[in-house]
Amino acid sequence: MNFSNYDPSGFYDEWFVRKGEPRPEVRVLVERINQFPPGELQQRQQAAQAILMQMGVTFQVYSEPSQKERIWPFDVIPRVVNAQEWAYLERGLKQRIQALNLFLQDIYHDQKIVKDGVIPQDVIASSQGYLSACQGLTPPGGIWCHITGSDLVRDHQGNWFVLEDNLRVPSGVSYVLENRRVMKNTFPKLFRMLDICPTDDYPGHLLETLLNLAPAYLDHPCVVVLTPGVYNSAYFEHSFLAQQMGVELVEGRDLVVVDGYVQMRTTRGLKRVDVIYRRVDDTFLDPQVFNPDSLLGIPGIMEVYWQGKVALANAPGTGVADDKVVYAYVPDMIRYYLDAEPILGNVPTYLCWREPDREYVLNHLEELVVKSANESGGYGMLMGKTATPEERAQFSEKIQQFPRNFIAQPTLSLSRVPTIVGDHFEGRHVDLRPYILHGQEIYVHPGGLTRVALKKGSLVVNSSQGGGSKDTWVLAGERSC
Amino acid sequence: MLSRVANSIYWLNRYIERAENVARFVDVNLNLILDLPNQSMAQWEPLVVVTGDLALFQERYGLPTQEQVIQFLTFDMNYPNSIVSCLYAARENARSIREIISSEMWQEVNSFYFLVQQAAECGQEVDLNQFFQDVKLASHRFAGVMDATMSHNEAWHFGQIGRLLERADKTTRIVDVKYYVLLPSVQDVGTTLDEIQWMALLKSASAYEMYRKRGRHLITPRQVAEFLLLNREFPRSVLFCSRQMQASLYRITGTELDNWHTGVERILGRLCAELEYITIDEIIQGGLHEFLDHLQVEFNRLDDAIFRTFFAVNLDPVTHGIN
Repeated sequence: MNFSNYDPSGFYDEWFVRKGEPRPEVRVLVERINQFPPGELQQRQQAAQAILMQMGVTFQVYSEPSQKERIWPFDVIPRVVNAQEWAYLERGLKQRIQALNLFLQDIYHDQKIVKDGVIPQDVIASSQGYLSACQGLTPPGGIWCHITGSDLVRDHQGNWFVLEDNLRVPSGVSYVLENRRVMKNTFPKLFRMLDICPTDDYPGHLLETLLNLAPAYLDHPCVVVLTPGVYNSAYFEHSFLAQQMGVELVEGRDLVVVDGYVQMRTTRGLKRVDVIYRRVDDTFLDPQVFNPDSLLGIPGIMEVYWQGKVALANAPGTGVADDKVVYAYVPDMIRYYLDAEPILGNVPTYLCWREPDREYVLNHLEELVVKSANESGGYGMLMGKTATPEERAQFSEKIQQFPRNFIAQPTLSLSRVPTIVGDHFEGRHVDLRPYILHGQEIYVHPGGLTRVALKKGSLVVNSSQGGGSKDTWVLAGERSC
Repeated sequence: MLSRVANSIYWLNRYIERAENVARFVDVNLNLILDLPNQSMAQWEPLVVVTGDLALFQERYGLPTQEQVIQFLTFDMNYPNSIVSCLYAARENARSIREIISSEMWQEVNSFYFLVQQAAECGQEVDLNQFFQDVKLASHRFAGVMDATMSHNEAWHFGQIGRLLERADKTTRIVDVKYYVLLPSVQDVGTTLDEIQWMALLKSASAYEMYRKRGRHLITPRQVAEFLLLNREFPRSVLFCSRQMQASLYRITGTELDNWHTGVERILGRLCAELEYITIDEIIQGGLHEFLDHLQVEFNRLDDAIFRTFFAVNLDPVTHGIN
C-alpha cells in the first residue's frame, strides 16, 4: 500500500500539494509508508484498533437502545500540522478565548457590549445558555471558561476557520491521549525521526488549571471530577481524567452541602471539596436554582459557589458564549474588547432571526448547512446538499416557526487527509478540536482531536454520526513543546 | 475514600464470590445425584431452601425439579442472586469504579460477565459441569488479579471484607444443605451413602483434600462441621474468613487491635471470639442448624453495621466524624 495512486485533487489536501508531491512536513512519512511491505499498514491499523478495544476506550450513542459500548473507529494515518501553522493557530485561539472570557464577565455584569450596540439585547436574553441566576457573579480570578474545545476547519484553499466554540463541557481529550499512546506503539520509528510535540502533559496542565481556582491559603485543595454517572456517553473520559490527575471521580449523590461547604461522603465522614471539574451541564448542577427534577445535581451548591467557597470549572453560564447565534458576534467581540482584528476568522454565518438572512437561507437551503443554535454533537442539523426534499421542507417550517433557534452556514469544502480504505488510501474530510486551558495564563494544548468523516464524501465528523478519529501531530520546529 | 466507591468495591467482591458459591452448590449436587440410588426431587429442594428464597421459587416455578432449580439459581435474570444476575451487578459496580480498580481487574470482570452471558443464552444446553468449573475458576482469577495488581489500600480492604463476608455466609449455608438432606433419612447415618454425602459437602467447599490432609482420615459429620466452621487454616472456614475480615477492618479504621470504636468492630470482634473459643460439641449440643442460623443473623448485622458506618454517611454535622 503506497501513495503512488493517491488522488489529492478537488479539495485542500493536508498531505499533498498535488498528486505525487507531498507537503514538506510529511515527506519523511510518505517515504517511510511507501517502503512498508504489502499488508503491513493494514496489520498495524488492526493492531491499533484491538488495543483501543482492550483498553476500553469506548463511547455510547444516546439514540441507540442497545446501550452497547463501541470503540470509536481510529485511522492510523495522522494529521500533521507544521510548527508555523500551529504557532498561528495558537495565537488565534488565545486571542479568541481572551475575548470570550471578557465577554462572559461583561455579559454577567454591566453588559457594556450590549449598551454600546455591538450585540442586540435580544440575542443575549433569548439564549438558552444565558443564566440569569449568574448575573453579578465573578468567578475566581474572573475566569469563566477554564476548558474550551474550539472546532476548527479548513476551506478549499487551506484557510483556517473557527466552526464553533465549545465552552460548556467539551469532551474528546481522552481520545487525544489514548490515540497518541496507540500511535507510539504503531509507529515507534517515526516518533524517533520526527520532532512531534507530546500530548501526555495534558492532565498535568488541567490539574494546574483547576488548582489555580482554589483559594491561595489552602495547602492541599481538594479537586474532584463530577460525572453524571456510568450511563453518560463520555463516562470513560471522566474516569480517565480523574485517574490521570489522581483525583476523586464523584457523582452528584456523593456530594452534599453541609455547614456552608460542598462536602463529599467518604468512609471517614464528610470531606470538604474546593474545586469541581464538572462534566454535568449547567442546568443540572443545582435543583434548587435550575432544573428542579435534576437528580445529578447537588442541592445548594450554587449558594456555596456564590460565597466563593467552592470553585466550578467551567463556570455556570458559559453556555451563552457557546450559542451558535452569539458565535456569529465573536469577531466583533475581539474588536470590541481587545481592539484588534481577529487572527482566526469565523465561518460566514446567516442568522435566521434577521429578516434578510432568513429570506436568503430559506431560498438557498440546498447550498447551506443549517444548525440549531443550542444543540451539539451533530444533532438538530440539516446538510442542505444531501438532505431529501422532505427534510428540507421540515427544516424550512421549523426555521419560520423558531427563527432564533437556527443559523446557517455555507457548505464548506473541508480539507482532507489520506485515510485507509480497504487496501488503498482515499482522502477523507477532517476537522480539528484543540483544547485550550485558561488558568493563570491561556494554554493551547499542542494537537487536539482530529475527527474524520469516514463515509466517502461525508462532511459530518461526529462520533454519533459515523465519524472516526486520527492522531494529530504538531511538529515542534524551532520551538520546543 | 468515597463512600460510594467503598460500597461498590465491597459489592463487586460480594457478587463475584456469591456467583462462585452458587456454582459450588449446584455443581456438587449434580455430582451427588449421580451416586444416589433414586434421583429424587428431594435432592434439589434444599438448595433453594438455604438461599432463603423458597417462597419466591415456589411462586415462580412450582416444583423443584433439577431443571427448574438450575434455571432459577444459574440463569434467571429476574432472580437477583442467580449467577447471571450476580455477574451483571458485579460488572455494573466495577464499571462505576474503573478509575479505582486496576484495568486488569476490569478486564477479568468483563470476560467473566461475557462467559456467563453466553452460557445464559444457550441455557441448559451448555456443558453444565464445565460451566460451573469455569465460573469457579473465573472467580479465583479475579481474586488473584485483584491481589496481585491493586494496591492493598483502603479500597482493597473493603473488597476483601465483601468477599470474606460472602464466603463465610455461604459456607454456613453449604453446611446447612446437609442438615436438610439428612433430616428425612436418619436411618442412613453412618452408611456409605452418608459418607458420600459428607464428601460431596466437603468438595463443594473445595475442602475435601485439605480435610483429608489433616491426618485424621475418617469422615464424620462432627469433624466435617468442625473443619468448615472452626478450622484456623482452611481459607473457606467461617473462623478463618472472620479473622481475615477483622484484619482488613482494623487496617481500615486504624483502631488498635485490643480495642473497638465502631459497632462494626464490636460485632465482628465478638463473633471472632465466639468462634475461636467454642467447641464443636457445644455447637452440636445447642443444635447445628440453630448455630448456623445464629451465624447468618450475625453476618447480616455486620453487613448492616458496615453500611451504616462507612457507606451511609450521617449528615448530622455534630456526629458525622467517624474516627
